[in-house]
Amino acid sequence: MALFRDRIAASKPLVFLLCLAPLAALAWDTIQNELGTDPVAQLEHRSGLWALRLLLATLAITPLRRVTGWNKAVRYRRMLGLFAFFYASVHLAIYLFIDLGGYWADIFEQIAKKPYITVGFAAWLLLIPLAVTSTQKMMRRLGRRWGRLHKLVYATALLGVLHFLWLVKADKREPLAYFAVLAALMLWRLPWATLSSRNQHLRTLQRQPVPQMQHRE
Amino acid sequence: MHPVRHSGIRPSEITPEAVYRQRRRVLKMLGLGAAGLVAGCGPENAPSAAVAEDAGAATDKPLAIAKKGEYTLPDPPTSYKDATHYNNFYEFGTDKADPARNAGRFKPAPWSVEIAGHAEVTGKFTLEDILKPHPLEERVYRHRCVEGWSMVIPWDGISLADLLKRFKPTAQAKYVAFTTINRPSEMPGLRDAVLDWPYREGLRIDEAMHPLAFLATGLYGRALPNQNGAPLRLIVPWKYGFKGIKSIVKIDFVETMPRTTWNLAAPREYGFYSNVNPDVDHPRWSQRSERRIAGDGLNLFGNRIETKPFNGYAEQVASLYAGMDLRRNF
Repeated sequence: MALFRDRIAASKPLVFLLCLAPLAALAWDTIQNELGTDPVAQLEHRSGLWALRLLLATLAITPLRRVTGWNKAVRYRRMLGLFAFFYASVHLAIYLFIDLGGYWADIFEQIAKKPYITVGFAAWLLLIPLAVTSTQKMMRRLGRRWGRLHKLVYATALLGVLHFLWLVKADKREPLAYFAVLAALMLWRLPWATLSSRNQHLRTLQRQPVPQMQHRE
Repeated sequence: MHPVRHSGIRPSEITPEAVYRQRRRVLKMLGLGAAGLVAGCGPENAPSAAVAEDAGAATDKPLAIAKKGEYTLPDPPTSYKDATHYNNFYEFGTDKADPARNAGRFKPAPWSVEIAGHAEVTGKFTLEDILKPHPLEERVYRHRCVEGWSMVIPWDGISLADLLKRFKPTAQAKYVAFTTINRPSEMPGLRDAVLDWPYREGLRIDEAMHPLAFLATGLYGRALPNQNGAPLRLIVPWKYGFKGIKSIVKIDFVETMPRTTWNLAAPREYGFYSNVNPDVDHPRWSQRSERRIAGDGLNLFGNRIETKPFNGYAEQVASLYAGMDLRRNF
């Protein structure tokens, strides 16, 4: 009965399975030999794309709440964020163990010398503290600092998009589309950030966001 | 945020029945008498087996190969399917699967090539006239893409030097400039200004006259599929793949170093020479090793191999660059 009352909790296993679907598809295509001519590149590309998509999905929760007023959406955020970290880790592992393979030691030089590897690796590193502090316990323990720490996600997303942008040879349309989504999600935050800090006492204003948002467009 | 570029089935992906039936016939014939069908192609290395798995478009006619065996490699070859379905030919789209998908409408015949510049013989020649005096030869070459992957492909074609000599270039011909056809009605990628069209490439005259420089009209004993640069493309095995300009319509003997497409797009990243060099990285990624795409089936592990100077052809071509700083002349 409790489950029926808490629809978010009830739907979480479904969201969990949905988040695993890209991995299942990747595994299936690998087994079926459907990854095409350069399977390693495909594995890297697809795992990386899903890391980026889930990271952007995580960042979309706040604007979604603001626009729809569906505040409970925040309860999906941790899972999406952890899956972004999961796919980023899979992505790194594929690069390290399958692609580089015997040449794995090259990664140190690449991190130092190749900007797209540098930012990609940095993005993954910055996700670690976020994943580690994602539990309720850590949230309580860190208090206000938790929010400040988790602002790192903006940097991570930017680094992730740069990682994509800098590895493309000439046709930058796809990474630029991801950049546009990130920019939109960040811009969405700006007026709210300033409003909420400057007009703490005018909370009522924030309850009528729709006309303002339309005005901006 | 989900890319929609490749979703859905495009009309070009649906195989017309005639083509489908033709493919089945070809497959059957290949299955029955593989050695006999590909003229001059002995059973000892029958690429027809690799071809059979994907006969491709009906236009991939078997070629009469007069000469083979002079340029071979111990490396296992890339499958016909991989070599013809993983292509960088931006005129048909920037995804490597795009050319095979989008090149079906391209008409590689009739074809003519303009010979221009500092040569005694210039003018417009039909492809038949260009090729007539030259017996077709098979050469197995390593193909190293600047992106960090490589293939091993048996090309069929003619020596570039043999062809160029017929036009008697003069002393002023210091470089040879090549141009790809610009036909937006048949090449959908030309609508996007990803590169400065038409595609142009060039070689120093001594590079062009080097015996390894090759003009391909086929691969695996069959006419070049459109996506591989039909009907005539350049192969310079010691240079990165993008130097191998496809669907050539103009060969120009010029006095000054020609501007080349990738160099125009990103001068810091792609030099005129673009010799394969593990010691000179692409500014954005390493060139020390490469992922070899060879054989059939799923090859997940152990594809990475060391990249060799001049793609393993240093013995033959290094002397062309004696005394040159290859770091500056990348």
